[in-house]
Amino acid sequence: MTSLLVIIVLVLLAVALWQLTKIFDLTQVGSNSDSSQVATDNDNNVQGYLMFGFLAFIYIFTIYGLFKWSPLVLHTPASEHGALVDNLMNITWVLIFIVQAITQVLLHYFAFKYRGKKDQKALYFADNNKLEAIWSVIPAVVLAGLILYGLYAWTNIMFVDEEEDTVVIELYAQQFNWKARYSGNDNVLGKANVRFIEGANSVGVDLSDPYSQDDIVVTELHIPKGKKVHFKMRSQDVLHSAYMPHFRAQMNCVPGMVTEFAFTPIYTTAEYRELPFMVEKVAKINTLRAKKSTELVAKGETALDPYTFDYLLLCNKICGASHYNMQMKIIVDTPEDYKKWLSDKATLVQEVKTANAPAPVEGGTGKDSTSTKDTAAVAKIAMK
Amino acid sequence: MSAEGHDHGHDHEHEHHHKDTFITKYIFSIDHKMIAKQYLLTGIIMGVIGVGMSMLFRMQLAWPEESFKIFNILLGDKFAPNGVMANDIYLALVTIHGTIMVFFVLTAGLSGTFSNLLIPLQIGARDMASGFMNMISYWLFFLSSVIMVCSLFVEAGPASAGWTIYPPLSALPQAIPGSGMGMTLWLVSMAIFIASSLMGSLNYVVTVINLRTKGMSMTRLPLTIWAFFVTAIIGIVSFPVLLSAALLLIFDRSFGTSFFLSDIYIAGEVLHYQGGSPVLFEHLFWFLGHPEVYIVLLPALGITSEVIATNSRKPIFGYRAMIMSILAIAFLSTIVWGHHMFISGMNPFLGSVFTFTTLLIAIPSAVKAFNYITTLWKGNLQLNPAMLFSIGLVSTFITGGLTGIILGDSTLDINVHDTYFVVAHFHLVMGISALYGMFAGIYHWFPKMYGRMLNKNLGYVHFWVTAVCAYGVFFPMHFIGLAGLPRRYYTNTNFPLFDDLQNVNVLITTFALIGGAFQLVFLYNFFSSIFYGKRTVQNPWKSNTLEWTAPVEHIHGNWPGEIPEVHRWPYDYSNPAHDVDFVPQNVPMKEGEEVLHH
Repeated sequence: MTSLLVIIVLVLLAVALWQLTKIFDLTQVGSNSDSSQVATDNDNNVQGYLMFGFLAFIYIFTIYGLFKWSPLVLHTPASEHGALVDNLMNITWVLIFIVQAITQVLLHYFAFKYRGKKDQKALYFADNNKLEAIWSVIPAVVLAGLILYGLYAWTNIMFVDEEEDTVVIELYAQQFNWKARYSGNDNVLGKANVRFIEGANSVGVDLSDPYSQDDIVVTELHIPKGKKVHFKMRSQDVLHSAYMPHFRAQMNCVPGMVTEFAFTPIYTTAEYRELPFMVEKVAKINTLRAKKSTELVAKGETALDPYTFDYLLLCNKICGASHYNMQMKIIVDTPEDYKKWLSDKATLVQEVKTANAPAPVEGGTGKDSTSTKDTAAVAKIAMK
Repeated sequence: MSAEGHDHGHDHEHEHHHKDTFITKYIFSIDHKMIAKQYLLTGIIMGVIGVGMSMLFRMQLAWPEESFKIFNILLGDKFAPNGVMANDIYLALVTIHGTIMVFFVLTAGLSGTFSNLLIPLQIGARDMASGFMNMISYWLFFLSSVIMVCSLFVEAGPASAGWTIYPPLSALPQAIPGSGMGMTLWLVSMAIFIASSLMGSLNYVVTVINLRTKGMSMTRLPLTIWAFFVTAIIGIVSFPVLLSAALLLIFDRSFGTSFFLSDIYIAGEVLHYQGGSPVLFEHLFWFLGHPEVYIVLLPALGITSEVIATNSRKPIFGYRAMIMSILAIAFLSTIVWGHHMFISGMNPFLGSVFTFTTLLIAIPSAVKAFNYITTLWKGNLQLNPAMLFSIGLVSTFITGGLTGIILGDSTLDINVHDTYFVVAHFHLVMGISALYGMFAGIYHWFPKMYGRMLNKNLGYVHFWVTAVCAYGVFFPMHFIGLAGLPRRYYTNTNFPLFDDLQNVNVLITTFALIGGAFQLVFLYNFFSSIFYGKRTVQNPWKSNTLEWTAPVEHIHGNWPGEIPEVHRWPYDYSNPAHDVDFVPQNVPMKEGEEVLHH
């Protein structure tokens, strides 16, 4: 409601401005020539100063933003390759700020300095090969450097050496949640296809494949610190994107194909929580949440839980109405904790067996219940 | 060639002079000037819808899941029960906002208006090569606009899969309700739109090649015409690819083919699709999608070149370099589409190739930016509203373009892909810049279109508020993107991690609402000036190009007598050999006058 009021106020403001211009026009009745809507020297003067003012605005706004909002952006990368990415990013930012600072000054300062005056004559300056060569060659050289660095980093990150000792984990995306499949002791994922989906076998693993016998399916992602994790991604319905911002990692999940991304985590969740910037960030978020909670309680609603940091896997490709809530917690453990956590988990084969064993009918119901749930979800969306 | 055009024009004039009815003059007109106005008016109406939608979803983002009466009024009980915006309509608003702004406003509204208005007038032709095809082109555009607007009213809601309509989301109504009838209408509308755009583009290319007046060599063309000409070529090369993508998607949706779909389990059942790939669709889509950016931007840059030169009272700096950079951008634009797909799952080697080609585009772009700045240097700047918008364009083009260095670099794209950083980047570099170009064009050529002037003071107010708000909206947006906030999230309240971004979102929305509201100043100025504006003189901006040698009153065939002959390039401003600071193209060279430029 307030914003509606704001809009009304703005409209009235606009009307007021228009009235002012009308009055301004009336004061110029004497000079009511056909060219009255072409900029006069007076206009040039005012607009020239405004141009200069706008330059100040850009600068102040930029500096204000850098101070105020820089603490919001992603900080220390939690993966090995992250440092490479951030380094390239910082170099690029320095270049961008230099170019931005210079060009905006020139543009707006010239607009101010050379604002039109009656007896001023412009310089007839049509071309200059030397100047043009300078501003073609300098960007070319600088970009060549950026391209080379970029390609070096990209090749390092994206090409996974199959020989390397990695932990192979499948990320499985569906509307609107994530699952993870661990490859087990053989470190090879069993074959899979959505056509195998049935009951407890919710990610469509081919249970007759020998490699699938030790596969484990979970809904919370644990990965070991210091070990390269090789993610293989699948999707069962539409495009999703596995986005792990703290690890500088992202890859789309595409139905019908397997995509991959690999990285080495370098901080356990506990360690990352203790980093000074994170302590500060969490404290700030909790202050905001406490404030919001007081408001909510006053309205008779439940308060918000205080926030503790966790790594997240977010969906970052539009995937349906609940796209905004498709996430999975990622926990980076020490290698020992990771092993311990994993050893507790039942394999998919065992799970399917338990689901089917007591009463064989249950398997069927299991399947039905998933499908009813999914249909219900769709129906719910459709109803909205 | 010119003689032919001339006679033809005369025939036209006589033929049509007496039987101009309301319908042939204002509705099914084949006169390029009327068609230009039709394009502009339709574009403005679509723009109001597109911008209006962005106001609504910005409000949802700043004050998530709060109740606003205006939501309920505009979206109805189904999509905004109790005034709270529903999550699926949020996606629909984002989708249609993108579609309308990119295609209907900044492609048809911008290019359609000014290519139609200026190509014949600035090259010295009586009309387009085919006036009839031009008329069909407009009416197809109108039809596609009507269908797109109709799609907003289907029961399950309009297309909601993002303006990039990636399948399978866009192919399966089970995946999102908007992929039912809403998406069908979207595809039909776009197919018609593409047909319209192709007819327009073919016309522009043929006209520029064949109907230039005597003396108007390619190197004497104003940069506007170069921009429109090259834009039309890009359109002819890339739009058919989108059409094929749309057709194949229609096949997948309606006839059970599997071009883009494979191995899908949804709503509890396995679908029959096998062997297709959504990545193929992404390739086809972006083969148009990226050149589309330049289809939007080049006309705006062309208009800026003309407006800056005229109002600086100086030749545009580096005329040939400008042409070369337009050509270079056009060529490169067709081989960079993969930078939208670095993390799509395509072979990472392709990522390397596309990083290389993408970053090369920075070179011609830098040349253009520096040439504009140099044109201002030591000028005698007439700071008319059109000039302000042009300077504003250069500013946002630089600010937005620079972050392209980050997004075009595959390594850096990994972590900012599909975040608000991308939204900030492309809105500045193509959205705002192209809109500024369009506004510059409207303020500059309004007298040519309507014989009256726009009110300059309202123009100044319009520019300054818009300029401040544009930065106010999109500058902070970079930061929330760098914080890792994905785009197309209905709300980020499910992520306490992003709680500290909420204040920034409120600031952005505030600027957006103010900026959006002040477009009403423009609308008022535009519509009232059509009827009540000050009558214009023939050449109000003291410009060199041929359109200002034509009379203020519109006539078929543009010039009452002979078509003017061209003797010089269009940028002889403040030529030291002349006393006045502008020498129109049709003024013969003085005896002993030398050509002072390359």
